[in-house]
Amino acid sequence: MSDLPVSASKPIIEKESIVIRFSGDSGDGMQLTGNQFADTAAFLGSDLSTFPEFPAEIRAPAGTPAGVSGFQLHFGSKQIYTPGDKYDVLVAMNAAAFKVDIAKLKTGGIIIANTGGFDKKNLQLAGYTDNVSPLDTHAVDNYSVYKIDISRHTKDCLEQSGLGTKEIERSKNMFVLGLLFWMFDEPMDYTIGFINEKFGKKPDIALANINTLKAGWNYGDNTEIFANRYKVSSAHLPPGNYRNITGNQATAIGLIAAAHQANLPLFLGSYPITPASDVLHELSKYKTSNVKTFQAEDEIASIGAAIGASYAGALAATTTSGPGMSLKAEAMGYAVMLELPLLIIDIQRGGPSTGLPTKTEQSDLLQAMYGRHGEAPLPVLAAATPSDCFETVYAAAKIAIEHTTPVICLTDGYIANGSEPWRYPQEEDLQPISVNFATQPNTDSGAFLPYKRDDRYVRPWAIPGTPGLTHRIGGLEKAHETGNVSYDANNHELMTQLRAKKINAIADAIPLASIETGKATGKLLVLGWGSTFGAIKTTVTELIAEGHEVSQLHLRHINPFPKNLHRLLTAFDKIIIPEMNCGQLVKLIRAEFLLPAISYTKVQGLPFTTAELKKFCLEQIKLF
Amino acid sequence: MSHTTPPLTAKDFASNQEVKWCPGCGDYSILKQVQTVFPAFGVAKENIVFVSGIGCAARFTYYMDTYGMHTIHGRAATIAAGIKTINPNLSVWMVSGDGDALSIGGNHFIHLFRKNFDIKYLMFNNQIYGLTKGQYSPTSEQGKVAKSTPYGSVELPFNPPEVALGAKATFVARSLDRDPKHLQAMLTRANAHKGTAFVEIYQNCPVFNDGTFFAYSEKETKQEAALILEHGAPLLFGNDRSKGIRLDGTMPQIVDLNEGTYSQTDLWIHDESDKTKANLLARFPDFDLPLPRPFGVFYAELRPTYEDLLNEQANELIAKKGKPMLNKILAGEKTWTVL
Ligand SMILES: Cc1ncc(C[n+]2csc(CCOP(=O)(O)OP(=O)(O)O)c2C)c(N)n1
Ligand code: SF4
Ligand SMILES: [Mg+2]
Repeated sequence: MSDLPVSASKPIIEKESIVIRFSGDSGDGMQLTGNQFADTAAFLGSDLSTFPEFPAEIRAPAGTPAGVSGFQLHFGSKQIYTPGDKYDVLVAMNAAAFKVDIAKLKTGGIIIANTGGFDKKNLQLAGYTDNVSPLDTHAVDNYSVYKIDISRHTKDCLEQSGLGTKEIERSKNMFVLGLLFWMFDEPMDYTIGFINEKFGKKPDIALANINTLKAGWNYGDNTEIFANRYKVSSAHLPPGNYRNITGNQATAIGLIAAAHQANLPLFLGSYPITPASDVLHELSKYKTSNVKTFQAEDEIASIGAAIGASYAGALAATTTSGPGMSLKAEAMGYAVMLELPLLIIDIQRGGPSTGLPTKTEQSDLLQAMYGRHGEAPLPVLAAATPSDCFETVYAAAKIAIEHTTPVICLTDGYIANGSEPWRYPQEEDLQPISVNFATQPNTDSGAFLPYKRDDRYVRPWAIPGTPGLTHRIGGLEKAHETGNVSYDANNHELMTQLRAKKINAIADAIPLASIETGKATGKLLVLGWGSTFGAIKTTVTELIAEGHEVSQLHLRHINPFPKNLHRLLTAFDKIIIPEMNCGQLVKLIRAEFLLPAISYTKVQGLPFTTAELKKFCLEQIKLF
Repeated sequence: MSHTTPPLTAKDFASNQEVKWCPGCGDYSILKQVQTVFPAFGVAKENIVFVSGIGCAARFTYYMDTYGMHTIHGRAATIAAGIKTINPNLSVWMVSGDGDALSIGGNHFIHLFRKNFDIKYLMFNNQIYGLTKGQYSPTSEQGKVAKSTPYGSVELPFNPPEVALGAKATFVARSLDRDPKHLQAMLTRANAHKGTAFVEIYQNCPVFNDGTFFAYSEKETKQEAALILEHGAPLLFGNDRSKGIRLDGTMPQIVDLNEGTYSQTDLWIHDESDKTKANLLARFPDFDLPLPRPFGVFYAELRPTYEDLLNEQANELIAKKGKPMLNKILAGEKTWTVL
């Protein structure tokens, strides 16, 4: 402990990056606290990545490990690609939070513990049956522990506020936030503005929250227990305008932007499911922007309605997660037959079945590729980061509309809920999306042939209301060009091939793949897709800095693959494919290119840590 | 809707596809009545969409020269809902069989009525699975001997108008294939209704369930077995319309007008706006009485449609808040600039 006089400004230590884990009971407001800190850090120019983690139960028994809700934030003055393997600071609001999250605190890290949450009752609930607080044992030997009775300080601060015990108890996260703002030299203005906005109609509650926030700050400043403060300088992000965005928000506005650029109404058919519901919530706010959200009676109805909306001339999408994806399978096959634009967005979670609804996984890739009856190929894209959900969904919409086809877009719980600063585009930066509604018959005879294709095998999109083009479509096999029902053997084979060729031809319209990190040839390539991007990027960057010959390639387009992918892959001696599943992309790569790619997998409902990925890469490098 | 189209004829609504139902199938008559009445609706062909599920009945779509979607088993309602939401100006008609509508499509069936899209729903009830060659259906009578129930089915059937009313349908009617005039009248009423209009059409399947509804259509029996509903008129049936139905509390009672105890003024007067009575009518088969089977409009109510409410809500919001520019949406609430 320091001998500095109280209130003297304490030394500020400069840090390149910091990882904080806010951990508490579901009712402790850790998500809000984390988000406020993240927004403030982003505002001040840090790069960052967040990782909210919550229990599947809405209110698991208070005080138990099952009820622990965590929010991890990695912010820094360098580029940040992951929420961090381990944290520098653990905020533990109760014993259960400590128990669940202590393992990933760095040696020498800081623990800020709310002793009010380590009383006898909380110790029992957390499973410390001997009633000995872990804060008083050797369990914390390697850490700097700050024991603060946050519950009591909050009570003291709000004694005169006139608020009830429950409301006072609920404000204690503001004390923590104020203390951390002090500790990391971040201003409180952003959060004060937020509180005033949120509780505009309840000034007493707003004032209570602000007072508690300030009390937390003053506690840091005035008491002697903290020796140091820390500072993370601004990151050197590319110039531009930034906002903070989660993957689900990015997905939602990616859809809005695409519909806007295509000049079409946007239709979203959806049925609530974690972690996809937030896209429905977000889009339902945009009723004034020609957005129609349709909460259907189930997942089948939601994709059905989207197919109908597409037929009627909308940019139609359906959002879901694994179990809902399976329910949509039959309708996807139908959409393949119809060849109408449609976006199917699967925000993956741990499966099978209800599995790990609030945890992340990449295990629906093969379902996206093949999970339909019959020969039913579809384009498949995957987003790499929270903000990349925007780009990916936009690219998917462009393909869907310009190639009149359903498209599957994969994100996952990790990037859907995680956030990062995003240099958002302006309308004029967005690629055009051209819609070609049929308005005229497409034969010299004046007949309209709904399945007459252009040189990219694309059929016309003829919407009801267009005179002269009345036609019927359906799920029965269609005769080439006329689209009439046909059971002819050769026609079925021809149509099956045409549908496949049409999807393959999309490869001509998408960008070529490129090496993301490192050289274009070398010993080891780490090939990834989806949300593993950040962990791979960090790992490969570190390995290169340590003198290893490693590169990174990350795929947005999984079907069809970019045309140059084979050439890029064969420039390396070895390919590693890390995936949060049992090895799915690796199967596709092996089957498509006959390359002996090495699979590295993790199915714990958690993203890869840089450390484990690095260890695996190093082992592979040693084998050369 | 287009004003320039020359008057259409029934023929204009026939597509160039060969109709492939079994000879004598009741679906032929329904197709004919639809094609017959459609010109009078005055809607241009391009503004009409037929949406059907899967089954013999659902093939209907291919035979109408309008826009059309033959969809997935049970899911026509979902697709029709999407179409109507995006383009409320279209005249959207659904065709489903009893299995399509009430078995695999049961969930969508009820929600469609609750939401009240302006969609016309024709359910061809042959009380059997036709296309899959003769299994009992959710409307087959208990004890039905069919392919999958050689010893008779054990469960009770659904009563389609009762389900539709329970699901808050705003228009519920029943007709049958073998009464062209009545069917045409019901189609016309359905077309005029703004909201989801449900018409159950008894349809003969001569191959797997022949004659199920003949009692209601054949000269010898129909007077006694069928009750034709007319708004504002007493419930009369029987030879010479000598029988009537009166209400004893909430119990229907058959009375013989020739006996002299009751006259027409004592009878139950049909009122399409009375939901309680509509429910009773729908439940006639449940009573332990030789009640005739009602045909006609059971119930009609004007309630705002889903698509109208949705658009009104959007327009109110636009009036209040205006339409945001895309750049505003891209930027969101809080931004910062890196120089
Ligand atoms: C998902 C699915 N399950 C089952 C079938 C098989 N199937 C086709 S039509 C039908 C039932 C048809 O009965 P109904 O709806 O009464 O129509 P009908 O043929 O009697 O007109 C069934 C079970 C199918 N096409 N799709
Ligand atoms: S099986 Fe029955 S319902 Fe189907 S077409 Fe033949 S007669 Fe009609
Ligand atoms: Mg049937």
